[in-house]
Amino acid sequence: MSAITERTGLGFRSRMTNLRRSLLAQHPTMVIGGSMLIVMTACAIFAPWLFTGDPITFNPIDRLKSPGDTFWFGTDMFGRDIYSRTIYGTRISLVIGLSAAVLSVAFGLVIGLAAGYVRILDAILMRVMDGLMAIPGILLAIALVSLSGASLLTVTIAITIPEIPRVVRLVRAIVLSVREEPYVEAAVAAGTRLPLILIRHILPNTIPPLIVQATYVCASAMLTEALLGFLGVGTPPEIPSWGNIMAEGRTYFQLAPWIIFFPGAALALTVLAVNVLGDGLRDTLDPRIAKKM
Amino acid sequence: MTLVNQATQPVLDIRGLTVRLPARADRENAIEGVSFSVLPHEILCVVGESGSGKSVTAHSVMGLLPPKQLTATAGQVLLQGDDLLKKTPDEMRALRGARMSMIFQEPMTALNPLMSIGDQIEEILKIHTDMNARERMARVVEVMDAVKMPEPERLIHSYPHQLSGGQRQRVMIAGALALEPVLLIADEPTTALDVTTQSQILKLIKDIQRTHGTAVLFITHDFGVVAEIADRVVVMQHGLVVEQGEAKSVLTNPQHPYTQMLISSVPSMTPPMRPATAEAPVVLETQELCKTYSDRSLFRATRETRAAHNVDLTVRRGETLGVVGESGSGKSTLARCIVRLINPTSGQIQIDGHDIAGLSESRLRENRRLVQIIFQDPYRSLNPRRTVGASIIEGPMNFGVDKAEALTRARDLMKLVDLDPGSLDRFPHQFSGGQRQRICIARALAMKPEVLIADEAVSALDVSVQAQVLELLDDVRKRFNLAILFITHDLRVAAQVCDRIAVMYKGEIVEHGIAAEVFGAPGHEYTQALFDAAPGRDFEFGNFAAA
Amino acid sequence: MLAFIAKRMLATIPVLGVVALFVFLMLRLSPGDPASIIAGDYASPSDIERIREQLGLNASIPVQFGKWIWTLAHGDLGISIFTNLPVTKLIAQRVEPTLMLSLTTLVFAVLIAVPLGVIAAWKAGTWIDRTIMILAVAGFSIPVFVLGYILIFQFSLELRWLPVQGYTSPFVDFWKFTRHITLPTVTLSVIYIALITRITRASVIEVLEEDYIRTARAKGQSERIVLLRHALKNAAVPIVTVIGLGVALLIGGVVITESVFNIPGLGRLVVDAILKRDYPIIQGLILVFSMVYVMVNLVVDIIYTIVDPRIRY
Repeated sequence: MSAITERTGLGFRSRMTNLRRSLLAQHPTMVIGGSMLIVMTACAIFAPWLFTGDPITFNPIDRLKSPGDTFWFGTDMFGRDIYSRTIYGTRISLVIGLSAAVLSVAFGLVIGLAAGYVRILDAILMRVMDGLMAIPGILLAIALVSLSGASLLTVTIAITIPEIPRVVRLVRAIVLSVREEPYVEAAVAAGTRLPLILIRHILPNTIPPLIVQATYVCASAMLTEALLGFLGVGTPPEIPSWGNIMAEGRTYFQLAPWIIFFPGAALALTVLAVNVLGDGLRDTLDPRIAKKM
Repeated sequence: MTLVNQATQPVLDIRGLTVRLPARADRENAIEGVSFSVLPHEILCVVGESGSGKSVTAHSVMGLLPPKQLTATAGQVLLQGDDLLKKTPDEMRALRGARMSMIFQEPMTALNPLMSIGDQIEEILKIHTDMNARERMARVVEVMDAVKMPEPERLIHSYPHQLSGGQRQRVMIAGALALEPVLLIADEPTTALDVTTQSQILKLIKDIQRTHGTAVLFITHDFGVVAEIADRVVVMQHGLVVEQGEAKSVLTNPQHPYTQMLISSVPSMTPPMRPATAEAPVVLETQELCKTYSDRSLFRATRETRAAHNVDLTVRRGETLGVVGESGSGKSTLARCIVRLINPTSGQIQIDGHDIAGLSESRLRENRRLVQIIFQDPYRSLNPRRTVGASIIEGPMNFGVDKAEALTRARDLMKLVDLDPGSLDRFPHQFSGGQRQRICIARALAMKPEVLIADEAVSALDVSVQAQVLELLDDVRKRFNLAILFITHDLRVAAQVCDRIAVMYKGEIVEHGIAAEVFGAPGHEYTQALFDAAPGRDFEFGNFAAA
Repeated sequence: MLAFIAKRMLATIPVLGVVALFVFLMLRLSPGDPASIIAGDYASPSDIERIREQLGLNASIPVQFGKWIWTLAHGDLGISIFTNLPVTKLIAQRVEPTLMLSLTTLVFAVLIAVPLGVIAAWKAGTWIDRTIMILAVAGFSIPVFVLGYILIFQFSLELRWLPVQGYTSPFVDFWKFTRHITLPTVTLSVIYIALITRITRASVIEVLEEDYIRTARAKGQSERIVLLRHALKNAAVPIVTVIGLGVALLIGGVVITESVFNIPGLGRLVVDAILKRDYPIIQGLILVFSMVYVMVNLVVDIIYTIVDPRIRY
């Protein structure tokens, strides 16, 4: 017995080394995306210690200063340092991206499993999802926020809801194909109860594609959040987010384009990192889906 | 002079052909030093199990190996004396379809679904000739006629999905023959077809070869097919040619141990004598079992498909009942109804005298233990994410057996199916197809069932592995006095393992009886047609002294 | 064929019904009194009462829904709270620029993306493929409005090649229309191009592994024709599907692009309505956009039956 554990232990360790080696060699993009995200997360956590000033208080003397030694990214029309605001803005973007990803996957998984396994629910749930998908996501989010008032929570919910149908469809499609697999039928024939069938045999198949899907939801949520901010219905202006920094820069665009460019670049880079990570995960976790995307 | 020359010079001469596999494969070369030749007017069968390199050989002749992954590193492939390995891609394109052509295993996927079949045959003429549209059309109709397609003028406008499997393969053959090639390569052309269709296609290939004098390189894994059409045979194993010669002498007097083993593994069409089981108690009985699929739609009448209709059968303890039939005959539907993976529309399923046909899922659960099933595809029958041990003990633990006891039983069963009991903590991908099928048998036995259903359980296996798994099934039947319902399309297999045979056709059982009687004197005309179509039926395999 | 179209049209009714229900419930289920939310922070009680009256919020919810569906069925989307004009009229006034921008974007994106995707699939694994794919991921990642401002900055402010913002109807001055529509089209196309390029590449690569591609090669067909006639045509169904589903993305993009380029279309209408909380306009536009999405996907379904003889109708 101990011989076996030792063997598998060794096997595991060498597998991990192999994984690391193959990661770098075969999926450089995933490593790049992941590292960029780690940097961004560090920025969000350690924002106060990254040579930032006060991102909120007005400072009229320094209004609309162009980027230079004092203000690396320039200042806005209230004299606030764009660099500090951009660094602090990372927090909102990441929090919303991550929450939207987790929430939409969690809800989508439950609804998708129900639709895939319970025939009566399937018709109803899928009609609802079809309807939800027909509403352009951005409009839906805008309408939800404008009706319920902008707060971190409502913005997150408004961004999450339009993402759910896609997750549901993905989960349902997997459930429908996996439940026909002989190994699932063998488990049914062996008298395994439905909850165990779902957890043991069906759920594990949804995880790799859901991880991939979560990254795409995360990327799209960060874009939508910025967009809501940009249109003036995003998170409240007292919290700096990339979207509302840019919104404030719209009027001064011809005078002070940096107000839009720097947070815009930060947003684009972060979303790029998430997307690249997602593509890399897709290629490693799910080569079959990789071909289809 | 030239006549003599043409008769003796091989159409295709492969000399020392070696094709390298990509790095990190399980062996260095896909095929190594392969040499054989195809003479004019002959059908040469290359036979071997999966992984023997027979398809790679065929594809390298056509120049259709996937570029960069497989490359010919040594040897010559001479088509009428021209070395194909020295040709440029453009020169190869000019030869393909014109002087040599190829047909494939799965005619459905080998035809472009979006092009009419007339266009697909015409495409060859467009590529290689400067015929005008009318000449091309005339030729298309002509070759369609040659492969005995009914109403060619009308059928040229249809699409592949509108044809039957046999017709699709005829279309492929028509296309392949449109330009009268000197060599036709057929890569398992009948493997995906039903046995009756198979025999028609084999006959067609033989006829065409005779009338057109085309040399045929025929790839197959099926010795029945070899016995049916081969003039000469090449046997391949692990990328090497192990034996070649006249078909008759190879089949009756194989020299190489591998060939001997292969041929002796081919089940005979004549059922052996089996002890009678008539007195044993009936374990499984179905009465007027029906499964009807209905396709409702708002705009037209409801379509009903009778997948299984009024099926009555009984299986006694210790007995194997074979259900044979072609695809779509309803034999798998029947199996799935009995296991209650699908719900029967009407009728009774009695297990040990209790009807389970109408039981609700919760009531059914306690009866699930009694009937277990083994599926066709060993690669999908085990959850790839769970150890085989976890798969085997899942069922017993559902019925309250504690884990330690279930594991002990699993170890015993692994021994019984001839696998290492210590490998319970391994994952399915670490086992071969045959081993996985053994694990599935162990998993089924772990439930201590009364009825075991084998749904095409050996159909995906190579013939040598197939023989071992069949032996194991027969062994467990005796040991546990099991009732086995054996679903298969393979008449040879059925002849060997079944006590009684039921023949299914269009959802109904058209004939059933003692195996020896059904095989000896089939009563129903469909059964007769089915048996007549079995390739190599007159050939008795294994009638030689095995080494 | 006609029966198929009729059947598909009938199938859109439940989808649109669900959309209508969503839109209806969104206002009724939002926390707080909808009338006072819409009226805003500085409204007088009489304003709130007027809005409540106008939206019919005094009746019970099922009655409200019934009434609303009834008016919808007559093509009436209600009256704007702030302009007091019928929403249908407001939409009709603003529809042209949006339609033009969507069409130019659709055409431009497909013309660029499909060839790019095919080339990437053909050269799969090479540096050409990798470059195209990196550009596609980048296209996915850049926010539409940031891209819009970058383009304005570069081509309008720095190089002064194109006008900064605004819109001219092609029926008034086609040349001015072209100059105005160029930057918005490019801006809006980027994400769409990225999407279509990826799906084209993926579908073509998948089709190239099919057996019938091997058959075509076995016939001696040239690689170019194998790629274009056999592979691309078979890859068309997923590509057309994504173009259809991508319309949702396009509609979202239009809203933003119109704001950035100051184009007086439906996108601007909805953004202005949101800032003023003019709910009848918001709900009318959501319905109209959803309808467009459903109709485009209906057309996509009909295109399938033309491309693919296997789809029965």
